[in-house]
Amino acid sequence: MAQTISKITTVTGRGIPLLGNDIDTDRIIPARFLRCVTFDGLGENVFADDRTGGNHAFDQAQYQGAKILVVNSNFGCGSSREHAPQAIMRWGIQAIIGESFAEIFLGNCVAIGMPCVTATPDIIGQLQALIAQSPNTDLTLDLDQLTVTGDSGSHPVSIKEGNRQMLMSGTWDACGQLLQGAEQIKATAANLPYVAWSR
Amino acid sequence: MSKGTLFDKVWDLHAVTTLPSGQTQLFIGLHLIHEVTSPQAFAMLRDLNLQVMFPERTVATVDHIVPTENQARPFADNLAEDMIVALENNTQTNDIRFFNVGSGSQGIVHVIAPEQGLTQPGMTIACGDSHTSTHGAFGAISFGIGTSQVRDVLATQTLSLEKLKVRRIEVNGDLAPGVYAKDVILHIIRTLGAKGGAGYAYEYAGSTIEAMSMEERMTLCNMSIEGGARCGYVNPDQVTYDYLRDRKFAPTGDTFTQAIDWWESLRSDANAEYDDAVVFDAKDIAPTVTWGISPDQAIGVDEAIPALASFTKDEQALIQEAYTYMDLDPGQPMLGTPIDVCFIGSCTNGRLSDLREAAKVAQGRQVAQGIKAFVVSGSEQVKQQAEAEGLDKIFLNAGFEWREPGCSMCLAMNPDKLQGRQISASSSNRNFKGRQGSASGRTLLMSPAMVALAAINGKVSDVRQLA
Repeated sequence: MAQTISKITTVTGRGIPLLGNDIDTDRIIPARFLRCVTFDGLGENVFADDRTGGNHAFDQAQYQGAKILVVNSNFGCGSSREHAPQAIMRWGIQAIIGESFAEIFLGNCVAIGMPCVTATPDIIGQLQALIAQSPNTDLTLDLDQLTVTGDSGSHPVSIKEGNRQMLMSGTWDACGQLLQGAEQIKATAANLPYVAWSR
Repeated sequence: MSKGTLFDKVWDLHAVTTLPSGQTQLFIGLHLIHEVTSPQAFAMLRDLNLQVMFPERTVATVDHIVPTENQARPFADNLAEDMIVALENNTQTNDIRFFNVGSGSQGIVHVIAPEQGLTQPGMTIACGDSHTSTHGAFGAISFGIGTSQVRDVLATQTLSLEKLKVRRIEVNGDLAPGVYAKDVILHIIRTLGAKGGAGYAYEYAGSTIEAMSMEERMTLCNMSIEGGARCGYVNPDQVTYDYLRDRKFAPTGDTFTQAIDWWESLRSDANAEYDDAVVFDAKDIAPTVTWGISPDQAIGVDEAIPALASFTKDEQALIQEAYTYMDLDPGQPMLGTPIDVCFIGSCTNGRLSDLREAAKVAQGRQVAQGIKAFVVSGSEQVKQQAEAEGLDKIFLNAGFEWREPGCSMCLAMNPDKLQGRQISASSSNRNFKGRQGSASGRTLLMSPAMVALAAINGKVSDVRQLA
């Protein structure tokens, strides 16, 4: 495998707040945009159906170029489509901070090297308000320190240790590491009775 | 930490190693793919110059984009045609079994794998589709993945995963007439919330679940993800084995007998330890309908839409958004809500028993004036069996359309879509904003029998009134 994967320890950039619980992946990228065989071009259609009025955060001038998305709870629920984090990333987002994330979405984000960290509802509320007041201020997400730092100071964030290790060690793209165990994979398969029953 | 559950046993048997990150490298016994989430994975594989490690452990079908009226090739939508061509090429190049349109075995991936006997107890099953939780009905660990993970399974037959906690959900007692598996799962989600299952696998147990057929258990497990649980399962039992016997890819003869011994050994132990447990009483479950834009915004059909004050402050913004989007008011009953479109089908409720229950309602009645109602079998096999029983005639005589198999209007990646503000009664699984193909379209989720009755009456109705 001739692929170089970056280690991700910090993400620094302007923030963008997106308010609301249970924002599902159909809203992030409606199904009609899944009629494709590549992920190219998904960025411009992120949140397409919510952006018809032009007032959506992703359309507002002050948030163009933002890198850190701040969301509420159960973000990314519903369909497993990786097109959703791909669309968010291709719009320019490099990290997401939220109250909580749906699991498949979270796994997809890690697999494409976009950290998702959680913080308490209070901290999320403060961050969203801070970004709205001072959209030009940079935030820094630090996976080593487990903090997000802005003008108002530093706040604690959480991430599952396994995901943190994968991002910081540059093994978030798991494929290479999984391939290393080829012999062990075959041994595991050989111990499963149903593998021999297959026709 | 759970101990002695089926989840623990199957997880341990499939654990290849612990990765440096602390996550488990888990072997995937059955990998199912379809046209939407696999083309990019095959492209990544080509870019990395990797081969499919176990081509015989991946099975493909085409379901999301297939039209349900005219399936002649090339498809009218050239983007859909590109996707099916990509799957045809990728499966052929990589020697992967493919159930294509017209093969007699095509259908929604979560309908065909069980009916072919591919889905078996004790397996780990992954698919680039969140409703992969369906296969847990057989006592498998089965969950949805993204496209990069589809690539990982193709290349290594494994995934890097963190183990889930296990919550036992026990439902006891007899369901009242007119109350179905769909109502049970909507009731569970309504109670535990759309994110209540995050971090958990759901083990469904209790006498209500034990009395369910395999198709009912599939409906139940299918919507685990709507409750936030990536995976849901039922311990295998005689109902499971009777379903599997003589299916095309199930073990045969003495091997089948040995298989039952192995499957029995995987059942959760009587003294298994769970991370959490919840108990429901079947008599508390009514025919259930959603009224909002999240699957947990559901009520018994004879209840009124709940008041804003009955929700926590944190929930109220979404509830207000739901009232506005649905154009429904708190205090209003759901009974009598006028409907425009009725859809019977999907991986949740597109199996033969679902069509039979809907046909019982449709028999000798007529779809109300101005209602568009259509029935979409979950697979070519379901359609063939339904036609052999004459269900197609019952639906057609009642004024329903009888379509070709596919995902259809569940997610509307094909020509089947709501228009404008239309409101649908749907046997599918998601009532999200815009889910059924119109950015302002509205969806009410309910059982197939309830959808059929909504079509007849032109409005939300209580199927118990037919009894």
